[in-house]
Amino acid sequence: MATETESVGFAIYPMDQFLVTKWFCNDDAASPINECTSNIHWYDITNVTVWLALTVLAIAALLMLGTRRRAIVPSRSQSVAELLYGFVYNMVEEVTGHEGVKYFPYIMTLFLFILFANLLGLLPMSFATTSHVAVTATLALMVFFGVTILGFVRNGIGFLGMFWVTSAPLAIRPILAIIEVISYFVRPLSHSIRLAGNLMAGHAVIKVIAGFATLAVASPVVIGAVAAIYGLELLVAVVQAYVFTILTCVYLRDAVGSAHH
Amino acid sequence: MEGDIAEMGKFIGAGLATIGLGGAGIGVGHIAGNFLAGALRNPSAAPSQLPNFFVGIAFAEALGIFSFLIALLLMFAV
Repeated sequence: MATETESVGFAIYPMDQFLVTKWFCNDDAASPINECTSNIHWYDITNVTVWLALTVLAIAALLMLGTRRRAIVPSRSQSVAELLYGFVYNMVEEVTGHEGVKYFPYIMTLFLFILFANLLGLLPMSFATTSHVAVTATLALMVFFGVTILGFVRNGIGFLGMFWVTSAPLAIRPILAIIEVISYFVRPLSHSIRLAGNLMAGHAVIKVIAGFATLAVASPVVIGAVAAIYGLELLVAVVQAYVFTILTCVYLRDAVGSAHH
Repeated sequence: MEGDIAEMGKFIGAGLATIGLGGAGIGVGHIAGNFLAGALRNPSAAPSQLPNFFVGIAFAEALGIFSFLIALLLMFAV
C-alpha cells in the first residue's frame, strides 16, 4: 500500500484521508497504520461516527430550528427548508406518480442525508462519510430490499411480470428475462458504487493536486487548480445526491406502478 | 503484494485502467450534445427534460467512475 510507511519520492498520500480512525485517540506515529486505526470495535467512536452524527444534527438544525417560527413570510432558513421540501416533493410526485407520494418521508430522508453528508465532507479537514462503500452500500441495499419487498407486497407474485417483457417477440423473451434479472440485481451495486466512487475520486484528486503545492514553484497554479476542482466537487456533491434520489424514485415506480402494467 | 514486478504491474494496470475514462467522456458529451441540440430546437420543452438529462449523465459517468475506481484500487489498495 502506498501509504506513509514507504517513501515514494513525492510524499503524496491521497488515500490516507479515507482511513477510519478512533476519535478519542492521539497517536502521532508517522505511520498511518498505528494504534488509532487498528483494533476498532463496534463500540468505538470513530471519525465516521462523529461525522454521521454531525450530518444528522445539521439536517435537524436546518429543518427544525429553521422552521420554528412558521412565519408566513419565511426567514432565510425557513425558506431554504421549504425549498428543499418542495423540490423533493415535486420530484417524488412527478416520477413515482400520485401513489408513490406516501413514500415521500423516506425519499426526503435519503436526499437530505446524502446531500448533507456530501457537503460536510467538503469542509477542510473533515471526513467524507459517503465516500466509503460501507455507508453507501447500506443506503443502496435498504432501497433494494425495500423496493423488492414493497413490490411483492403490493403486486404479489405478479411482481415477477416485470421481467417478462411482453413487447418483445416470444422467442427471445427467456433470454431477455435472464438479462433483466441480472440487471435488477446489479442495481444496488451500481447505486452504491456510483456515489462512493464519485466522492472518493473527487477527494483523492483534490488531495493529489494539493500535494503538488509542496513544490514552491507551482504553488499559485496549484491554488487555482484546487479551487477549480473544489467547485466541481461541490457540483458533484449536489448532483450525486439528486441522482441517487431520483434513481430511488424510478425503482420505486417500477415496484409500485407494476400494478398498472 | 510484494516484489518489484508486482509493483510495476500495479502501475501499468492503473495506467491501463484509466483508458476507460475516455469512454465516459465520450458518453457524457454525447448525451449533453443531444440535449443541447434538442433544447435549441425546442427551448420551452427543455426544462421538463432536465431530470432525464441528469439521470443520463449519471449513468454514463458511473461506468467511467468504475474504471477510475479500479485504477485507484490498484495503485493504493493492493
